[in-house]
Amino acid sequence: MIFLSPQEPIVTGHPLADTVAQYVWLLPLLPLLGFVLNGALSMKAAAKTGPSDPSEAHHDAHGGAGADAHATHDAHVSHDDHHVVRHKYAGLVSLIGPGVLVAAFGLAIAIFAAMRSVDMAHPYVETLFRWMPVSDLKINVALQLDPLSMVMVLVITGVGALIHIFSVGYMQDDPGYPRYFAYLNLFVFFMLLLVLGANYPVMFVGWEGVGLCSYLLIGFWFSDKANADAGKKAFIVNRIGDFGFLVAMFLLFANVGTLDFSGIAANIDKLAAGGAVVTAICLFFFLGCTGKSAQIPLYIWLPDAMAGPTPVSALIHAATMVTAGVYLIARSSLLFSLAPVASLTVALVGGLTALFAATIGLKQWDIKKVLAYSTVSQLGYMFVGVGVGAYTAGVFHLVTHAFFKALLFLGSGSVIFAMHAAYHATHNHSDDAQDMRNMGGLKKHMPVTWILMWIATLAIAGIPVFSGFVSKDAILGAVFERAQGSTLAGSSLMGIPGSTILYLVYAFGLAAALLTAIYMTRMMLYTFHGPNRTGGEAESQLHEAPWIMTGPLVVLGILSAVGGWLNLPEFLPLGPHGVFDKWLEPVVGEATARVAAGGAALAPSTEQALIFTAVAIAIAGIAIAFVRLKPAALVPKKDAAPATGFAKVLEHKYYVDEAYDAAIVQPLVKGSKYILWKGVDVGIIDGLFVNGSALLARATGWIGSQLQSGQIGTYAWVLVLGVIALLGAFVRVH
Amino acid sequence: MNDFLTTLNYNAWILPVLLLLPLVGALAVWVHGRMSPMTTPEQVTATTRQLRRVVFSIFMLEAVLSLGLWWSVDTTAAAWQAYFSRAWIPMWGMRVTLGIDGISLMLILLTTLMMPLAVLGGWTSVREKLHSYFALLFLLTTGMLGVFMALDLMLFFVMWELMLVPMYLIIGIWGGQRRLYASLKFFIYTMLGSMPMLVAILYIGVRTGDPFGRPSFSYDWILAHASFSGTTMLWLFAAFFLAFAVKVPMWPFHTWLPDAHVEAPTAGSVILAAIMLKMGTFGFLRFAVPLFPGVASYGPVRFFILTLAVIGIVYGALVAMVQPDFKKLVAYSSVSHMGFVMLGIFAMTVQSVQGALIVNLAHGVSTGALFLLVGMIYERRHSRLIEDYGGIAKVMPVFATILTIVSLSSIGVPGTNGFIGEFLVLIGSFRTQPVFSLIAATAVIFAAAYLLWALQRIIYNPLTKPENKVLPDLNWREIGLLVPLLFAIIWLGVYPAPVLDRTREAAARFVHRVEASSLDFGVGPNVEIR
Amino acid sequence: MLAEALAISAVLFTIGVIGVLTRRNAIIVFMCVELMLNAVNLSFVAFSKLYGATGQVFVVFVMTVAAAEAAVGLAIIISIFRHQETVNLKDINLLRG
Repeated sequence: MIFLSPQEPIVTGHPLADTVAQYVWLLPLLPLLGFVLNGALSMKAAAKTGPSDPSEAHHDAHGGAGADAHATHDAHVSHDDHHVVRHKYAGLVSLIGPGVLVAAFGLAIAIFAAMRSVDMAHPYVETLFRWMPVSDLKINVALQLDPLSMVMVLVITGVGALIHIFSVGYMQDDPGYPRYFAYLNLFVFFMLLLVLGANYPVMFVGWEGVGLCSYLLIGFWFSDKANADAGKKAFIVNRIGDFGFLVAMFLLFANVGTLDFSGIAANIDKLAAGGAVVTAICLFFFLGCTGKSAQIPLYIWLPDAMAGPTPVSALIHAATMVTAGVYLIARSSLLFSLAPVASLTVALVGGLTALFAATIGLKQWDIKKVLAYSTVSQLGYMFVGVGVGAYTAGVFHLVTHAFFKALLFLGSGSVIFAMHAAYHATHNHSDDAQDMRNMGGLKKHMPVTWILMWIATLAIAGIPVFSGFVSKDAILGAVFERAQGSTLAGSSLMGIPGSTILYLVYAFGLAAALLTAIYMTRMMLYTFHGPNRTGGEAESQLHEAPWIMTGPLVVLGILSAVGGWLNLPEFLPLGPHGVFDKWLEPVVGEATARVAAGGAALAPSTEQALIFTAVAIAIAGIAIAFVRLKPAALVPKKDAAPATGFAKVLEHKYYVDEAYDAAIVQPLVKGSKYILWKGVDVGIIDGLFVNGSALLARATGWIGSQLQSGQIGTYAWVLVLGVIALLGAFVRVH
Repeated sequence: MNDFLTTLNYNAWILPVLLLLPLVGALAVWVHGRMSPMTTPEQVTATTRQLRRVVFSIFMLEAVLSLGLWWSVDTTAAAWQAYFSRAWIPMWGMRVTLGIDGISLMLILLTTLMMPLAVLGGWTSVREKLHSYFALLFLLTTGMLGVFMALDLMLFFVMWELMLVPMYLIIGIWGGQRRLYASLKFFIYTMLGSMPMLVAILYIGVRTGDPFGRPSFSYDWILAHASFSGTTMLWLFAAFFLAFAVKVPMWPFHTWLPDAHVEAPTAGSVILAAIMLKMGTFGFLRFAVPLFPGVASYGPVRFFILTLAVIGIVYGALVAMVQPDFKKLVAYSSVSHMGFVMLGIFAMTVQSVQGALIVNLAHGVSTGALFLLVGMIYERRHSRLIEDYGGIAKVMPVFATILTIVSLSSIGVPGTNGFIGEFLVLIGSFRTQPVFSLIAATAVIFAAAYLLWALQRIIYNPLTKPENKVLPDLNWREIGLLVPLLFAIIWLGVYPAPVLDRTREAAARFVHRVEASSLDFGVGPNVEIR
Repeated sequence: MLAEALAISAVLFTIGVIGVLTRRNAIIVFMCVELMLNAVNLSFVAFSKLYGATGQVFVVFVMTVAAAEAAVGLAIIISIFRHQETVNLKDINLLRG
């Protein structure tokens, strides 16, 4: 790289140094390139440079109806045109956008292959250039390859590539087509930076960058105020979390003196185990996680984020970005293993979120909202996993969740796509294409989507052999194991013994599993089964999405079904056991061992009992849904009666948004406006001090001016009196 | 590059030339005004066009000339670079002494590079009394550069006042509706601050004195030989503090800023934000703190200043959030950003001081760009009120894109210049002042809130107002003048190492000088007038 | 002789002062000023008997200046009269603060 400075050696002597891994910088660079190209195409198509003297042009343009027509042209295309009007650069963009992702995925596979053949006891770090060299703070832009980041890179580029391909179909007639792919590519760039960064600041660049892209993509259809609001909310709520991330970095630097992952690992003994400092660091990091990964209390942005295009929800708000918090904790596992209190907090918050979000998911009607709360809930599971020190289980659930939740979102995307097309064809602009009350019976129109989404539903519910079963069970088993004996069980949180908390978390997890099975089955029943409620004419227009959309779905379906094979537990008779565990061992092994210290592995009988319980609960959930819910009795949205009682509270998400607004947002805005601005600034500083002193000067001047009457007679009198007084004084002196 | 500059003997003449060239420009503009006939509309158009080109060329020449400093200045050296010294008023110990270090180097480059952009920004919006306008811009440039170069306290003061008058006139003549109120407020605020400073400078100069018994205002001499009792130092520091705090502006001396910004013409706002606000913090870095390091490290004083800085950070952000006028919003965001600079300076770690310098540069670039952008839509729509816009990303995609990038840099999103500065300030100040750093860090939330909210109400949301539907997008001149700023935003955010390398020594010296001193309230060895 | 001359001078001067202070008409005030000047002239002449011709030289100076002053003063008064149609000092307060 051109920015390399001579005094910074990049040769690490690592076994990966001479392999394809040295091109790791290409991984983020490829999507960045895609962003630049797509962005340029977007600007080139959209830009109409103004006249050289804009102030004159404004008046000229007033009467011009031509300019007006141009201004509304875009809106025209997106709303009323039945035919697919492709963007003029659509072909090129469809090639670049997914192309860079596929290329990156290929490179990731190659690096993965290289990595499998060498000993990865130490991470491979590649320093690209110096970033902030300031005295003893030395931050480089450096990328780190180790098993953990490799897993993330594979998920991001793999699932990302599938979603990019899906988007080609889903977004085909959108006037902002190149802009969409530019943002999506940029997102992947930042996400790769996040997982590849070799120190916290570089990771933070990715961390904020993905938040930025999320903001841009949620508000992609910015002409709708609700969408722009949702984007802004996501960014600001995330910023609260980022504050925590920043403070954690400050604490780390002040106490450890470095922000490199390897440097922290080498100097970890500067932090006392269980001490206040490391606990504070971990809690602040976790604050960052609650923002990015939508945990209590900062989960509120994620459901709103469904305002963005559905593939975006799949990529950013299910598979990758929202899992960054889990990655952060796994990456910082050394720190968290030293802070049992923080770890317990993580597990507890995760468990609470899993249960809390699942209850809200029970009563949502918007298909994407159901999935959004489901994501929040599943993220809770992941945090339970990394919280109890089962870092591989947490990350593994991250991977399987990426498969089945991406599938669910893309499947819902293809449902919405079909609904939209049907409403479009019938000139229906009033009905909600995302509301399940307007769906029903879609299985005969969209059989492929139907089957694939059932696979994902079974996976998320935890039905054996599907991927979700393996990963979710690993987490619940780990919680039970830690509760019986570990450093966590031995410590306490706010006076409550750790083991009690862990049993509580386990109970939450089971309850959430039951609810998950119920609300997912509910979603499937209402969407695909029972009679159709779309409306007569529109129903005939429903049809399966094109192959470019169903293709990625099929791949994800296969992965959701068999993804569990990556990490089969010991007691199962088939397959290689614990591949994933062994793979991540160099990264999280030490931390896992430290957390697990003092405990014993579960007895096979206990383990089997736990699994039996979990499976029974999942099946019970599905059964309850099938027995209790009557899709046939459902009425379309416009005929539905408003919910009452607790259902209403659930439908309004426990009124958390309203409470935050009343308790935090409004006081801040009103206080800033009426107390700080109008009160202190305009009132006290300007009114009292600035204008007050001006008034004082004016008053003094007025008094002086009264002496100057303009009457020469008066002046003469004063003069004479003065002369006499002076003479008198003169005479007296002499 | 450096060899080439050495053959030109560049360092020997560059500083006085940079100072004099704008004066020559002012003279040229005056002569041009005398010579050019302005009776028919055609003549006016021709003259105006010619004048704008001449002025822009001179500013570009200035910028190109100054660029050599980037290579020629050895920022690791302890001595002043490009040093220049001539007698001025020998009887009173005043000399024209110019010299720069890493800190002033960056600010000089910021000045010379922003000026042509400021001229381009007001290319079509300023139409009256053009000759006077450009002459004042030239004078202003000399004043600002002089402040950054002066190594003589009296020369510094003269330059300090020199930049005040042109700005007063620019706001007062070419400003908006309430320009008289704003310009007067600006003038009196600044004057009120600088008068005690004049007294302090005179006192220091006379009391220190050179070996021949004359007063001496030489910065180096005073730095080495001045010695006052603790109480005296406190008073002297207070005098400097007032002048600089008004200029920064620190809370609660900031209320001139929103008015001045709102009323000033685009170029005025840009210069005010990008360059003139840096004078205050530069004053602290060059004069107030190094001259009285004991006071700056004295606990209560430090606590007081840090408190004001942090109040400014949070307060500016909160008040910015509720502003209906976009220019005012940016003005209050400046209060917040400059609070970061003050926090960085008075946290006294190498990281925080370096961060403060980067915030200075970043704020100059980003806020300058924001004011240029506001100027551009104001020229089209004649309104600064946020509520008058909405959804204009549909009709002005280029404008919307650039406004988004600039806003993000002002928010401090990593990868842009804003992040580097704030991050360094916060991480540096966390070591010595964790509580202040923590409170200041909350501004990352508020900054996102106020700018994104404004962004949404301007470029997003439905495009409902008919007069907005016909807004033309940016023209090539406007795009051209914003591109260098965008480049600076990304460059400083991605690869700030060259800038950090060049300012490191100066920052380290600054911190070291303060760390090595303490305040002595006993009767110090006062230097008598000989 | 000197004493009498000075006494007359003092009387004349006092009359002048009182006139300036009490009269409203600008012309009269103006004439009173002339009276004061002439009182001073008288003192000068009287003292010149004692101290040489310098006093008489001064008288010539004073008279010259008084003539010039009279010309300018009357011109101002006339121009004021044209504007305000009065020479009453009560009504002339253009310089009021």
